[in-house]
Amino acid sequence: MSAEPTGRTHYLNADYGVKSWLLTIDHKRIAILYLISITVFFALGGLMAVLMRLELATPVGDMVQPDTYNRLFTMHGVLMVFFFLLPSIPAVLGNFLLPLMIGAKDLAFPKINLASWYIYSIGGLFTLWSMLHGGVDTGWTFYTPFSTAFSNTYVISTAVGVFITGFSSILTGLNFIVTIHRMRAPGLTWFRLPLFVWAHYATSLVMVLGTPVLAITIFLLGLERLFHIGIFDPALGGDPVLFQPMGWVYSHPAVYILVLPSMGVVSEIVTAFSRKRIFGYKFVAYASVAIAVLGFLVWGHHMFVSSQSPYAGVIFSFLSMLVAVPSAIKVFNWTATLYEGSISWDTPMLYALGFIGLFTIGGLTGVMLATLGIDIHVHDTYFVVAHFHYIMVGGALMGYLGGMHFWWPKITGRMYPIFWSKLSALVIFIGFNLTFLPQFLLGYLGMPRRYHAYPEDFQVLNVMSSAGASILGIGYLIPLVYFIWSMRYGKRAEDNPWDAFGLEWETSSPPPTHNFLETPTVSLEAYDYADREEKRRAAEVSASGAVEPG
Amino acid sequence: MSTSAEASRAGTPEIPDSKSRAWGLAHHFESFAQQQEASYLGMWLFLVQEIMFFGGLFLAYIVYRTGHPEAFTSGSHELDITLGGINTVVLIASSLTMALAVWAAQKGRSKGIVVFIILTILLGGVFLGIKTVEYSHKWHEHHVPGPHFEWDGPDAPHVQMFFNLYFAMTGLHALHMVVGMALLAVIAVWAWRGAFTKENHNLIEGIGLYWHFVDIVWIFLFPLLYLLGRNGV
Amino acid sequence: MSDHEQVTGVGAYVVVFLALMVLTSLTVGAAFVDLGPFNDVVALAIAFTKATLVVLIFMHVRHASRLTKITVVAGFLWLLILFGITLTDYFSRGFLG
Ligand SMILES: [Cu+2]
Repeated sequence: MSAEPTGRTHYLNADYGVKSWLLTIDHKRIAILYLISITVFFALGGLMAVLMRLELATPVGDMVQPDTYNRLFTMHGVLMVFFFLLPSIPAVLGNFLLPLMIGAKDLAFPKINLASWYIYSIGGLFTLWSMLHGGVDTGWTFYTPFSTAFSNTYVISTAVGVFITGFSSILTGLNFIVTIHRMRAPGLTWFRLPLFVWAHYATSLVMVLGTPVLAITIFLLGLERLFHIGIFDPALGGDPVLFQPMGWVYSHPAVYILVLPSMGVVSEIVTAFSRKRIFGYKFVAYASVAIAVLGFLVWGHHMFVSSQSPYAGVIFSFLSMLVAVPSAIKVFNWTATLYEGSISWDTPMLYALGFIGLFTIGGLTGVMLATLGIDIHVHDTYFVVAHFHYIMVGGALMGYLGGMHFWWPKITGRMYPIFWSKLSALVIFIGFNLTFLPQFLLGYLGMPRRYHAYPEDFQVLNVMSSAGASILGIGYLIPLVYFIWSMRYGKRAEDNPWDAFGLEWETSSPPPTHNFLETPTVSLEAYDYADREEKRRAAEVSASGAVEPG
Repeated sequence: MSTSAEASRAGTPEIPDSKSRAWGLAHHFESFAQQQEASYLGMWLFLVQEIMFFGGLFLAYIVYRTGHPEAFTSGSHELDITLGGINTVVLIASSLTMALAVWAAQKGRSKGIVVFIILTILLGGVFLGIKTVEYSHKWHEHHVPGPHFEWDGPDAPHVQMFFNLYFAMTGLHALHMVVGMALLAVIAVWAWRGAFTKENHNLIEGIGLYWHFVDIVWIFLFPLLYLLGRNGV
Repeated sequence: MSDHEQVTGVGAYVVVFLALMVLTSLTVGAAFVDLGPFNDVVALAIAFTKATLVVLIFMHVRHASRLTKITVVAGFLWLLILFGITLTDYFSRGFLG
């Protein structure tokens, strides 16, 4: 980074050297550490996706062996879910922004925050080690009895990696909850909090309440595989299906760990670029919590065809549809916020609008899948694959990228090129839809997931999907290049380049080490752009009155 | 929500310079009260996490026990009620000494903290000793799950399932105790050096909560593992 | 906790300890009496009472803030949800015969 013309000290230039980064307890620096790690895992997971789509460009399984293909989709899932998506927004943007947004100097437990990053990294190393030695082929869900009794790949080391990483997630959630309860600036009441903070509060609840169940499930899986005892193995008296509720108790709510923070980002962006107070603040805030709570009650929709009682199936079907209600509330409220707003089409807004559209498609197909009859027809087909990619990539990832573009000037103090960033939003949107829309059709026509070969009838749609994937890949490379470029050559960012609302914009870009030179006090309601305008005008009038006599 | 924290921050916000700050107050907190409330809430959230962690095991226990009640009863009959009962008493006693250590901290008596923590560690040691005796009995009786396992009675697989869960639950519980005892040992040394004051004893309070939680887990494990079908039905 | 904290006295701790001892012997005794299906109910009720005593007195939740109380209750409630919903499935599997 070139020298600061003003000579101002901020968190990036306060100290140099590897040690000042690896031993930092500054939440902003820890966020950067996370940003680098998750980008590496995203690249690796993306590479696996590229290989899979290449294989699927032709009907015959010629490029990779079936065993290799099994490992590709497993490692793609494990890396993307546990090592990219779960930590993406909370650990990078949440870590960076939560203290700034609530006017605190740091998270409540800075050392635990650093420990979370190390725990995450150790888990990541375990997983990478297993990958280098040949990977896993169980699918990212590690279903028993295949994972415990049959698979002869590196199940344990990968599972240990996921187990360890889980604790990083738990500690992050714990840290966020305590921070939001105990560290708010004077005057910042619960209903003045940015919705980003509400979303992270709800996310943290899921992290703390759900993750340990996954941990204990993996622990039992490891016991069974290591000591050849039968907890899930039917040959030894176990119930293999018990693994499924225990796994999904976490893994369904995990979807909300991905998408809730993304919703928080979108709430921030939509208000900032419509210059309006969000429509129905309390509804959006409570909807986050409602989604988090309801998300715990629906896991059975993953078990409609696996010996679950049909009565439980009906209940789970109903509860799953119930989650659509708070999700829809959010979508309607964002749309209503746009209505009669003075909208500007900056890059973050493009991503946010992309999120709303793609998430809606993902959500609606989710309602279809929650319907028992339809689910049995499309179960384990590409319909399901397309659905959850619309939520996890179209939703979570678009939100993450939108957030990165929104707060990048705050994080680095630099602007990125406008043309290229808008282009990337467009390319990603087109590439994404071209990749996954055909997959809905493929699934509906009956193409099962997780096969490396398929009948020739499916080729046209598969080629479309593979072509879309290459466009999508280019779309992801563009921001990677200009973000790195901007750190050296980008235009210097103002403290509040979007003229947005919120405490994080009131400190300098990049912020000083302790965030604020003076602890801020809050007197305005959240996103009260109109009120802020009024106050500014009043200030101008009194200022000009003071200068001109008479 | 955080009434006292807010009250304590409601005044003019001042950043105290590093020299005037009391020892033990982290840079990002305004007051000891805020720091203490944060650590108390954080510890409770950690325990909630622990509840869910052990909860998964209890869930597996419920599912298998309701499915195979007879096998679980015959497995349970192999456990030694006397040893289990003594351990229950020992562990609850260690909870008492732990509570008294926190009480000593609240009164600002460093010597008292050290004495009660050492007592707690000793009682924990007794518990683990008795547990080791029980485990070695099971080993000699071939009741440890795995290829080594032997069972003459009916439904051997599900009796083994009982022992799977017995070892997983008590093993994890014992692991938690080992961690707790290690932390207590560190804290005892710090207390000996006078690191804790009336205002600043979060760590003791936190580790105390953890220790009581481990006690609670045992309070449930004891009847669920040792006392099945003892009425001879 | 320091300024507004109510320090529980040694007496209360000892009383709770004795109560826990009594309950422990009670649970062992009850296990040897044939109460039919109620053996489990009694055992769990006693265990729950003991846990509540530990939480309220040893862990100071009796004098804790409302937020702490909510946290504790939420933890146990979530556990019950986990059990409840999973068992709904397991117990209703037999309904179709
Ligand atoms: Cu789900």
